[in-house]
Formats: sequence, structure tokens, C-alpha cells
Amino acid sequence: MSIETPLPILKPADFASDQDVRWCPGCGDYSILAQMKKMLPTLGMPRENIVFISGIGCSSRFPYYMNTYGMHSIHGRAPAVASGLKTSRPDLQVWVITGDGDGLSIGGNHLMHTIRRNMDLNIVLFNNRIYGLTKGQYSPTSPLGKKTKSSPMGSIDNPLHPLSLALGCEASFVARSIDTNIKHLGATLKRAADHRGTSFVEVYQNCNVFNDGAWNYAKDRETKADTTLELEHGKPLIFGKDRNKGIRLNGLDPEVVDLGSGIAEDDLLFHDERCPEPSLAYLLSRMRYEDGFPEPIGVFRSVDVPRYDEMVNEQIETATKEKGRGDLEALFNSGETWKVT
Amino acid sequence: MATSTPSKAVANLEEATVRFCGDSGDGMQLAGTQFTNTSALLGNDVATFPDFPAEIRAPRGTKAGVSGFQIHFSSNEIFTPGDTVDSLVAMNPAALVTNLADLREGGVLLVNQDAFEKKGLAQAGYETDPTEDGSLHQYKLHSVPMTKLTRLAVEGLGLSLKEADRCRNFFAMGLVFWLYDRPLDPTLRFIDAKFGKRPEVAQANTAALKAGYHYGETVEAIGTQYHVPAAKLEAGTYRNIIGNTAFAWGLLAAAQSSKKRLFLGAYPITPASDILHELAKHKHFNVLTYQAEDEIAAMTATIGAAFAGVMAVTASSGPGIALKGEALGLAVITELPMICVNVQRGGPSTGLPTKTEQSDLYQVMYGRNGECPMPVIAASSPGDCFDVAIEAWRLAVRYMTPVMVLSDGYIANGSEPWKVPSLADIPKIPVEHPGPLSNGEEFMPFERDERLSRPWAIPGTPGLEHRLGGLEKQDISGTVCYDPNNHDHMCRLRAEKVAGIVNDIPEQTLDGPDTGDLLVLSWGGTYGACATAVHRALAEGKKVSHCHLRYLNPFPKNLGDIFNRFDKVLVPELNLGQLSMMVRAQYLLDTIGLNKMQGKPFSVGEISEKIDQLLQGTQS
Repeated sequence: MSIETPLPILKPADFASDQDVRWCPGCGDYSILAQMKKMLPTLGMPRENIVFISGIGCSSRFPYYMNTYGMHSIHGRAPAVASGLKTSRPDLQVWVITGDGDGLSIGGNHLMHTIRRNMDLNIVLFNNRIYGLTKGQYSPTSPLGKKTKSSPMGSIDNPLHPLSLALGCEASFVARSIDTNIKHLGATLKRAADHRGTSFVEVYQNCNVFNDGAWNYAKDRETKADTTLELEHGKPLIFGKDRNKGIRLNGLDPEVVDLGSGIAEDDLLFHDERCPEPSLAYLLSRMRYEDGFPEPIGVFRSVDVPRYDEMVNEQIETATKEKGRGDLEALFNSGETWKVT
Repeated sequence: MATSTPSKAVANLEEATVRFCGDSGDGMQLAGTQFTNTSALLGNDVATFPDFPAEIRAPRGTKAGVSGFQIHFSSNEIFTPGDTVDSLVAMNPAALVTNLADLREGGVLLVNQDAFEKKGLAQAGYETDPTEDGSLHQYKLHSVPMTKLTRLAVEGLGLSLKEADRCRNFFAMGLVFWLYDRPLDPTLRFIDAKFGKRPEVAQANTAALKAGYHYGETVEAIGTQYHVPAAKLEAGTYRNIIGNTAFAWGLLAAAQSSKKRLFLGAYPITPASDILHELAKHKHFNVLTYQAEDEIAAMTATIGAAFAGVMAVTASSGPGIALKGEALGLAVITELPMICVNVQRGGPSTGLPTKTEQSDLYQVMYGRNGECPMPVIAASSPGDCFDVAIEAWRLAVRYMTPVMVLSDGYIANGSEPWKVPSLADIPKIPVEHPGPLSNGEEFMPFERDERLSRPWAIPGTPGLEHRLGGLEKQDISGTVCYDPNNHDHMCRLRAEKVAGIVNDIPEQTLDGPDTGDLLVLSWGGTYGACATAVHRALAEGKKVSHCHLRYLNPFPKNLGDIFNRFDKVLVPELNLGQLSMMVRAQYLLDTIGLNKMQGKPFSVGEISEKIDQLLQGTQS
């Protein structure tokens, strides 16, 4: 059959596989799956050129539900599997689906190195602050004091903050969204897909069975305007139900200020997602609800830096240009040889 | 020093073994390599054994820092680097004390006299200077002030004393080159190529090399020069090759034969890293080398590359293979083609990183969770690594399976003359990917052909979108399935598929008669010692045969028949009897083990002795 026909217009349903989705009813993963299926057709990319790679955990079942190429690999290793795939086939769009346990605990090493190489992958980390598939142990993002099956007296593990980690690795694209904020989530996934280089997206995702309500403060209709802050490039950091609060820099520290009363918008911190230095984005990633800050959502950082998968293939082109296409016979006969007659 | 060139006696030898040893910074590996290449160019058959410490630079002059390189060169076909040494070059007392035991009585002993001073002697544990106290009387001892003579040779070239002393290995080389009547030209060409950018260093090394050669020629004390004529090898073009290089080249050849780009995912580990280094040099062969963050990433990236549709390979050693274990299981259950090579070293744990052993056979056979069968093949010599790499890829794509290749530190770093193959000799490896499916047709990723092999559908192909994974799958459709009977069926199918490879590999051959009193059964790097020992025994009229296995899983079809035709089966292994256990389990046959774990290959003598012992009383 010819594949040179114009690209078919795909619908969300075209991305649904024939498998029954087996997450618990009410799980935040459903929403992420729905937004992904809704967003992908907007990319105009043929389905067969998209690959989803995951590790182990509830989130990692994701590839089974997508009618694309996919691999449900082993615990923590999805970024490495995806790196081998993308390096070999830069023409493919590769997504990594991971969770807080899979990506930050057992797979922390791969995540760090994939990000620093700026491999052109889209990594979506479903953060529910608990181990769900193994039925409720504390995870690397569980808060201190969290009582779980494996921490009956409260967790004493200082939690990791995924975006701080990604920015520490100088990720070229870092964003955060929330499972229930579907419009924002869809737009964030689209931004991640469009970015060239590693896109790292943290999604606040609710595990309604083992850690229900972990993100309520950021989702609750009543409180979310005060507890989250939607980042917009070039705009001042303003939040609050009445849009009357902002973030100002006091030396190197952010502080919450009330607008009016002598403080104007121009006094606030302006968001610059394209700043080459990741420091400001890092500072935003450190803003925590428990410390009295709104937690930023949206794109923290989006910069254009060289990508491993491109450079590794460029080296092959350069070597081929310089030395010609590899010639086995010439190689075998290189150096000292002798003839026996 | 004599003023005229005295005429010296030249003795013809069939073969000889030389070992250079000194401090790990003394350039002994370089000296050995140069001597090897020169001997190979002269047409000798050669076999080498580089032996170096795990520490890059142990404290100078200590026994821990001694590095050695042994070369066996001959007018006949040879398979081992030699049991005992005919000429030993010892650059310091520590090198002498750790290597002297291998020098045969009456052998030539060349020592650097300048290193035999108080501190050096004490570090080696000598109370008196052995070059002066008569304790070396059974050897042809030549105590040569190599440091002093090297410094004199390079005088005026503007080198520091330290730099001048670095040329000592070239002096030693020159002397041994003279002793064995080898030309200097190849080494002079090497010096030009290697040090061309630093002319003063090139000049100094040249001067030191010639000074050593002239010293031998001139000094009357060294009375006899030895000549080892060319071997009668099969006609063709030859080069010297190291096992890891041969393996890398085999991968390049297999990639071209299958029209695939080559992906190597690897993490640095001794003694496998040279495969990564070699392939990294050949990017223009469309080779991707991916130095991963760890062994697990190297393995999983390789799985990703296999899914992508390229020729995917990972290379490591025992400790790395241990880390790859879980991912190898994923490779088995997803039934993707790839190669995993284990260049074995002494274990367990970090063990003896730079020394050889064959103790990972159980690991690659049984070291994964679940019923996880994987074909295993082993290289027998440096040159054989080339063929094994190609064969591994042939099996991997034909059967859609990861294939485990066993090499070891001895053949990976050792070298031998290698008959350069012509491209026509390299088998074609056809690879097929299913094409696009139109709407409506359903793709079945685990539908099998007559070999039980499944289709290799690659991303980018419309209509073949499918999901692989570590969870058990439904037969044929490949969707996740927890059904008990299906799991039982799939475990059996995967096992049957690997077992079926037996129909695709050659029957086992024997070196020696078809029946007899004793069969020597070996695998991997012990080939040379076992072959040589069996040839000797046959020459003595003993009823012995040699069976050397390349295929360890599955075993060749006729192996059981072979066992039935011999009274006893001896299995020499550099482990505690791993092949023995496999043979006993599969053939209910008793075997006799010869086992050692000393970080060294078998000597021919060790095998011969065991053969003799087992045949006592049968040769009436």
C-alpha cells in the first residue's frame, strides 16, 4: 500500500487501543490518558511514528492503552529504553511515562542522565506521592511524617521535588500540571510535545485508593487560586482568587506580597521561561504550599540546547564525510599484514 | 666492548616463548605487542598472554605493580602462549621474583642491572642481589645496565631524565629483537606513527631501540642468536588480531551483512571496554556507540535499539552481566533480537578484574528470574571472536532472541595471526520486517513461524502498532494475559524455540578419532591448551580425542552420541565444574573435572598430566 497519501485526520479514539483500561475507578491517570489522546491528533503526526515507553507502576500501564507503538519495560528503566530507541531512530516521537517511585527512586539515575543529555524525549511523571501498584508504601515524594504501611510512625525520608531535580540536571523543558485541570494539562502536554530536547512534565495525580487527597490544596475549587500560580512567559507572577497577590524577589528569596498598598505589578518577578540560566526556574520549583507559597504550574523553562540524539547521528555523518562509508576490506587490511603463499 | 663485530652463532629453533616483565609503567605491554607484530609479520604463528595488574600504577617497584606480556612464536601451528618461558626480560627485582618460576632451566634471563639496587631488592624481598649471589646459576643470565645505556643512547636529544628512562622498554625490545633475529622496521614504523608529533621522543625511542639491538650484536657475552623460521600457514593475507578487536569487527561485518546500523550500548568495564573503544572509532560504518550511565541502562538502551529495528549489542563482564540480569529477562520475554557479550574475568564480585576465568557459564545460563532461556555461544580464540559475533547475530534475528556470547579476558586481550577474510566469505544475514497493514487487518506480534520465531515489526510501520512488555502475553496476540494455562504454554514455547536452534547449528566435530579411551571436552578460551595437549597425546599413540564446544545452549544434536563412544570424559574448566554440571544434568553422564581458578589459562602441561593420569593402565 502507498504511504504517500496525505496524513489522515486522526481523532482521540484513534489512539485508544483495544485493551480495557484497568486503573482503579476514580484514578487521576484516566484524565492524563484522555488529555493525551485528545492532544496527539493536534500534532499531525502519524500514529505509527509515536512510541510510548514506560517502566513499572500504575502509570506505566499507560502504553497498553495507546494504539501506538509501545513498551511496558522494567522498573525505572524507561528513560534508558527510550534513549536507545531515540538514538537509533531519531525520526520517532518518543514518550516516557513514569511515576514518582519508578522515575525518582529505582530509576533516578536514568532520569538524571537522560535529562542532562537532552535526549529528545517527552517525559511525563505522574506524581501521586505514594507507591500504588505495591499497595501503599511511601514514595520519594511523600512528605515527611507520612504514615503508610511501610512507615507506620511517619516517613523520615526527606522528599525529592521532581522539578528541582530536573532543573538541577539543567533540563531544557520543565513544566507542571494537574490531572484535574484538563485544559491546562492538555496545553502543557502539547508544549512538551513541541519542544525539541528532553521535556519533563510533572503531573499532580491523585491516587484515590492509597493517598486520596494528596493534592487537594492544589485542586480544590475554593483554594486552588490561592495555592497555585499559573506561569506565563513574560508576565508577572500574580495569583489569588482576586488576582491581588504576587511574588516578589527579596534578594535571592521569593516572597508573597499583596498588590496595591504601594506594590505595583512592575515590582513583581516576571516569568522568563527562556532564560538560559536555570536558577530562576529552580527558585520557582522551590516554592511550596507548606511554606506558604502558591505552587507554580505551567512551563518553568523552555530553552533550545543541543540534543544527544541529533549530535550522535551528526558525528556519524561527519565521520562518513571525512573517511567515506566504512569499507570492511580496507579495515581488515589496515595496519601491518603479510601474505602466506 | 668489542671493536669489531664478532661473528656469532645462530641456532635454529622451531619455536620459542619470550616474556617481558617490569613495572606497570615500564611499557611492557607495548614491548610485547611490538614483538608479537614483528613475529607475525615474519610469518610465525603467534599466541600471546598479556598479564597486567588491576591497579593502573601500583607503587613503583612493588610486586603488586608487575606487568607482563608473554609471546609464543613458532614455525608450526600453535594454540597457546606457552607453558614455560625460554627468555625472560625482567626490568626490576619485583618482576624477576614474580616471574622467575616460569623460566625454564637453561633459559635466557635478561635483567636491568640498574634496577637491582638496595631499595628495589628490598621491595622484592631479596636479601642479597640474586644477579650476584649465584642463585641464578641455572639460567643464562645477562645483567645489562639498561637504564644507563638508554640514557647514554638518548643523550643530546633534550629529554629529561624521566623521559629518557621511559625509553628503556625500547632498549629491552631492541636487545630481544637481536636475540631472536627480528627486524626493527615494523617497530620503527610504529614509532614514527605513534610519536611523529613529538620528534624528540620518536628519535629517542629509535635510538634506544637501536642501542639495544647493537648491544646484543656487539657484546660477546650473549653468544647465541636464535632464529625461528616462518610457519606454514594456509595461504592468504594475515594480520595479527586481538580478541576484542576481532569481536568488534565481527559485529561490523554482521551489521553490513544484514544491512543494519549497529548500536552498541555499553558501560566501561574490564576486560570488555576495548569492544566499545574499537567500535567508537568506526562511526563511519554507521555505528552508534552509546556509553550509558550504568550497566542496566546499557542493557535497556540496547533493548530500545532492538525495538527500534537496528542491530543492538551490549558488551560487559560478569559484574555488569549481573546488573543486566533483569533486563535480559525483558529481552527474552519481548523476543527481540540482540547480542549480549560477557568477557569473563575472575569472580565473584569484583574478583580479579584483569585476570581470566570461565566462571560465568552458570550466570548466563541460569542467572535470571523465571524460565528464561537464552542461546549461549562461546569464542575459542582471539580470531574466533570474529566468527562468533557473526553467528550470534545470525541466530538472534533468525530466532528473534537475545543471544549470549561468552568470551574471556584471555582471548579478549590475547592475539593471534588471523587470516583476513574476503567479503565473499562473510555469510549474508537476511533480515525481514513485516510491511504495512491496511485498515481492518489485525497484526499479531506473537504469531510464530516454523522456527517458532515471531515477526520483527518496527515502529514507523503503519498498521503494525503494538505494545511489548515484561508482563506475560497472550499467545499470538501478545496482549497482557494472566491465564495460568497460557503462561504455562508461553514458558514452554519460549524454551522450545531456543531448544529448536539445535536444528540450525552444525553437528559437533571431533579433533581426533571417533572413539577412544578418553574425550577431552572443553569450551571457550581453554581451546588452545586442550588442543595442544590432545595433539601431543595422539602423537604418543594415546586413544584421545578433543571435543571443543562453541554452542553451549543448545548443545549440538550429536553430542550425546559422541559421549557414548568414549570411556571417560575429561572437562578442563577455569571454574569449579560448570560445564560438567550441565553435561551431567542433560546426559546423565559422569564427567571428570580438571578445574582451576588462578586467573591464568591452563598450561598444556596441566592438561597433559591429567590425560596421562586418566589413561594410566589403559595403554597396555
